[in-house]
Amino acid sequence: MTRDLTPATPPALEMRGITKRYPGVIANDHIDLDVRRGEIHALLGENGAGKTTLMNVLYGLARPDEGQILLDGKPVTIASPADAIARGITMVHQHFMLVPVLTVADNVILGAETMSNRVFVDRREANRRIAELAARFGFELDPEAKVASLSVGQQQRVEILKALYRDAQILVLDEPTAVLTPQETEEVFALLRRLADDGRSIIFISHKLYEVLEVADRITVIRRGRVIGERLPSATTEGELAELMVGRAVELTADRGVSHVAEPMLLVEKLRVTDDRRHEVVPEATFQIHAGEILGIAGVAGNGQDELVEAIIGLRKPGGGKVTLGGRDVTGFSPRRMNEAGTGYVPGDRHRFGLILQFPIYDNLVLTSYYRRPFARGILRNDRAIQSSAAEQVDKYDIRTPGVGAATATLSGGNQQKVIVAREFDRPLKLLVLDQPTRGLDVGSIEFIHRQIIAKRDAGTAVLLVSAELDEVMEMSDRIAVMYRGRIVAELDGRTASKSEVGLYMATGGHDSEAVAASAADEGKKA
Amino acid sequence: MSHLRSQRTAGEAIGSSLKLLAEPAAAFALALLVGGIGILLFSGLVPGHKPFDIGLPIDAYAALIGGVASFDGLTATLVYATPLVLAGLGVAVGFKAGLFNIGGRGQFLMGAVGAMAVATAIGAQAGAWVTIPLALLAGGLLGGVAGFVPGLLKATSGAHEVVTTIMLNYILVFVTYWAISGPLALPRAPQPITADTGNLHASLPILIGRDGNLGIFIALAAVPIMWFLLYRTTIGFEIRAAGANPDAARYGGMKTRQLIVMTMSLAGFMCGLAGAVTLLGVVHQMAPGYDTTIGFDAITVALLARSNPIGVCFAGLLLGAMRAGAQVMQIRAGVPAELVDALQAIILLFLVINVLRRFLARRSGRRPSLPVPALPGTVDATLDAEAAQ
Amino acid sequence: MSGIPEALSALPAIGLVFQFIGYIIANLTIMSHTTVAVAIPITLAALCGVMCERSGVVNIGLEGIMLVAAFVGWMVGVVCVGILGPGDPLPFFGVTAPLLIGLVAAIISGMLISLLHAWLSISLRIDQIISGTIINIGAAGITGYMYSLVSGLSPVGAGAFTQYQVPQGVADIPIVGWLINAILSQGPIGLTCVVIVIFLQIMLFRARWGLRTRAAGEHPRAAETVGIDVIRLRYKNVVMSGALAALGGAWLSMESVGNFNAGITQGRGFIGLAAMIVGRWTPIGAFGAALLFASATALSNSITISPPAGDLGSVMANVPGEFWEALPYIITIVVLAGLIGRSIAPAADGQPYERESAS
Repeated sequence: MTRDLTPATPPALEMRGITKRYPGVIANDHIDLDVRRGEIHALLGENGAGKTTLMNVLYGLARPDEGQILLDGKPVTIASPADAIARGITMVHQHFMLVPVLTVADNVILGAETMSNRVFVDRREANRRIAELAARFGFELDPEAKVASLSVGQQQRVEILKALYRDAQILVLDEPTAVLTPQETEEVFALLRRLADDGRSIIFISHKLYEVLEVADRITVIRRGRVIGERLPSATTEGELAELMVGRAVELTADRGVSHVAEPMLLVEKLRVTDDRRHEVVPEATFQIHAGEILGIAGVAGNGQDELVEAIIGLRKPGGGKVTLGGRDVTGFSPRRMNEAGTGYVPGDRHRFGLILQFPIYDNLVLTSYYRRPFARGILRNDRAIQSSAAEQVDKYDIRTPGVGAATATLSGGNQQKVIVAREFDRPLKLLVLDQPTRGLDVGSIEFIHRQIIAKRDAGTAVLLVSAELDEVMEMSDRIAVMYRGRIVAELDGRTASKSEVGLYMATGGHDSEAVAASAADEGKKA
Repeated sequence: MSHLRSQRTAGEAIGSSLKLLAEPAAAFALALLVGGIGILLFSGLVPGHKPFDIGLPIDAYAALIGGVASFDGLTATLVYATPLVLAGLGVAVGFKAGLFNIGGRGQFLMGAVGAMAVATAIGAQAGAWVTIPLALLAGGLLGGVAGFVPGLLKATSGAHEVVTTIMLNYILVFVTYWAISGPLALPRAPQPITADTGNLHASLPILIGRDGNLGIFIALAAVPIMWFLLYRTTIGFEIRAAGANPDAARYGGMKTRQLIVMTMSLAGFMCGLAGAVTLLGVVHQMAPGYDTTIGFDAITVALLARSNPIGVCFAGLLLGAMRAGAQVMQIRAGVPAELVDALQAIILLFLVINVLRRFLARRSGRRPSLPVPALPGTVDATLDAEAAQ
Repeated sequence: MSGIPEALSALPAIGLVFQFIGYIIANLTIMSHTTVAVAIPITLAALCGVMCERSGVVNIGLEGIMLVAAFVGWMVGVVCVGILGPGDPLPFFGVTAPLLIGLVAAIISGMLISLLHAWLSISLRIDQIISGTIINIGAAGITGYMYSLVSGLSPVGAGAFTQYQVPQGVADIPIVGWLINAILSQGPIGLTCVVIVIFLQIMLFRARWGLRTRAAGEHPRAAETVGIDVIRLRYKNVVMSGALAALGGAWLSMESVGNFNAGITQGRGFIGLAAMIVGRWTPIGAFGAALLFASATALSNSITISPPAGDLGSVMANVPGEFWEALPYIITIVVLAGLIGRSIAPAADGQPYERESAS
């Protein structure tokens, strides 16, 4: 990028010393950021690094505990999104804020409607202006089309049009390419460059190194709420950025021991899964796990891991492919049948699939076994058996609670997860599937659960561990697979792989040519 | 380890029951107060009273309570309470599954029609021992069908049961009208009217006082049966789980669609049973235009009881007492019995606003942090769990 | 019921259909007038529902609002007649002071009850079906109580609004005469209703208010992020819609007849809900659905008063009158079950909305 960006005037946006605390965590820790006119500035960091919080502060969705925001050198307070919009700051959210049944024009003008008089909207003028803006920045969009009928890339352009319609000077894009094909990504980059040439400032939040290097003028790396470094794309490499993003490898604390690898217990062949919106989020997944082995699947959240796991467990019907457990075809088995076949599951969304929060602990402990002996005989529940088993498990898994009859909602997050662990782990298992098992938990609970997982592995269970927490995957896995855009793009030895190597695969999907080729093949396969 | 078991002392049990009662009790007291003010405001319209006559509300409530505090009054309470408890159980079990059964009215009428049909068909020949159980069963089953249809529609097409049950109510009112004036009408009556169950060996025997019929005991027996079903069987567990968190229930292997259909059918059965019992035990005969307010009354009872079967029993008795007393109040104090309907709504209003909770929370300085229950009986299952022990 | 198979088997069905059409044409003027009239309260209730649900608030308390408005309108009329005397009716619509004051009072009462529903549903985030049900129960109870008190005193009502007298020749205009006559020969509330249908349709789809309302009902979070105050919008819409339902109730006790009785609404609020659904949450659709439902009533009235002759007559005599009355409800269930196209409510309908806190 050879735009002249020498700061002759105050930067368009300056954030000084922004600090934001939430209970238990410092989301932003004295962050400094400045963005000049006509600059594309990338904010790079992992999930949970604090990027979204910082932008929420900028957009008026959160109030900083400390720090200042200056626009064109003047300090301002931004109290609400309406305030931010009025000051020329517009955000394009990762999850689009578009009303599907309304037209493009309706969505663009909503809140800033072009009026023909005090009451009525001037549709014609709005359409004209939208067409003009689109043409000016080089893309085509039918203002009368319903948003629901547009492709994801087109929908994103509607979001950008919203910003342009309001003459936004500062555009914030939150993970804009997360859901785009490589083709659409190129198109939106071209658009962003044209916007920057037009004098607007663009903040580009991402975790994707490759793209950030391609489009940004400057890159600020954030980790754990702090600014780690600022780089020019010409003066850095993917490797350096990856290292800045994820940090040095963490000291291994759990003694993994050596896994005794035996026959393959779980075999997943060419599994294909679509999400709720009929997008094929997992075009093809193939991997295997042996008994007594932990396979960790690393990958940024949203690359198909949740859907893959749900398809294996039976909460979602796979569109194709085969799953074999211990030699038996279990493709498409319901959750109960998988459970009876010897599978345990710790869901990523524990409040939705894992627990009935309003129910007492003992009910949750028998959620998957309430219908069997000894907990029931026919339709009669055996309360004594349920209660005494619950008391045993609460003891064994160190669940802190005044009694087994307490509502599960009263437990802390860590103890809630322990209830799930107790329920799923407390019997011999062929396969154990865990999705983000320690997300949001305190250190003590994390350690405990990790120990339980290792114990299961040592007892001969095949363990599938999906986690967006790279440290966890590195620490626990015997083998590591990296998931990118719904495919397994790498399989590494858990002991010898380095963190930055894995991070690189997570962020780029492997060597450029490979990633592009695989994604291009995807282009033809829209579900 | 035994300290973890849910064994509770009698004191603890009483204590938590009192906690359960606190909110409805507060709502009731406040409603009485508001009702009293209402009576006061319009006392001028009651013959023989001046405007703003403080004596009127006092007289009215005295008559209300006095009407109940006699043997006849208690019997009347039980009689009024019977259909309220049965239908209340029906609505409550629906709430437990997250379903809003407003079809009590149509299901009740179908229950009456079903019972009358059986009585008309076999009552004359068969004796009471055969006719009555069969009539009651038929009434319940027909009510169950009236619940099955909206349940099936919801499970398959997602049609919201609120609208389908309301629509079905009106359809069934017309069906009832047609049945009474047509197939069930006495052949040679000058005006359309059904037979009298007394002539068909189908009337429920009187067991207490003048009106206290067998239906009372059927209702009282239904309460522990329903409680047992909900809290001691796997089916009840599944129903409650599906209402509290259908996704987790699905993971646990429960067939949520089947549960929806089954629960709506069960709810319909209970309301149908209420209709059958009322016909055989109280009214004995139907003329065209036979109708009921049980639909909304049962919702009131279920909400007051937080969908707990034991609570339904008490709430039903309370509402039954109010209705029994209101008859006396109307005669003695001249205040119309419709006051009870108005009080019903006001009690519910205060109940859903959770006045007690909010008041206490404000006193202690925090904002009320507990989410307002979406459907009582589902989110408030925590209190239920304690009550089940 | 046994007559139908016999009668039908004796005739070709086509003949019956022609007879039916002929019957309708012969009675068109009266039937169409009745249809429009009966459709008025249903439409007004449905319009209230449309305004609320388009904003994202479910309002099944329509029945209760209509009932209260009907009572208040009549009651206030009684009081005014007692104080001011019955008054001189003006030549158009028979307007008198008591009637007018009663109408205003009815509208205000409807808006107040809607305010209650709005507070319960939007601010306290109570389940909207429960709050609507409470309103229905309360309306029935309170109006029942008050009416019992009042009716014993032989109250003298303010009478009713009269219909517009359509000039004689209009009904005879070929092809459309009956239609114009049917729509115009209504009272003031009826005519207002027709105007409001058109007005609301235009506003909902062409005005800024309509755009923001629809956004709030489909994706409130998106609306909030562009600076729209969803909570305030919902409050305003719900309260304003109460005026519409109130008009429907007022029609019952102040235009159709000049009287009140307990249960005067007879479920028309719920039919209005059904009309809203069948009409796919649009004002014109709701009006059309209401007309459809009302036509069943008009038909059954007509058959009772002047039955068709001949074969058609013998067939009709065997169809229970209750069937026609039940028809609107049957149609609604059929539509809901998706048998005639899916009915899709606004996406955020019935979900309490929580503002993102700027903290």
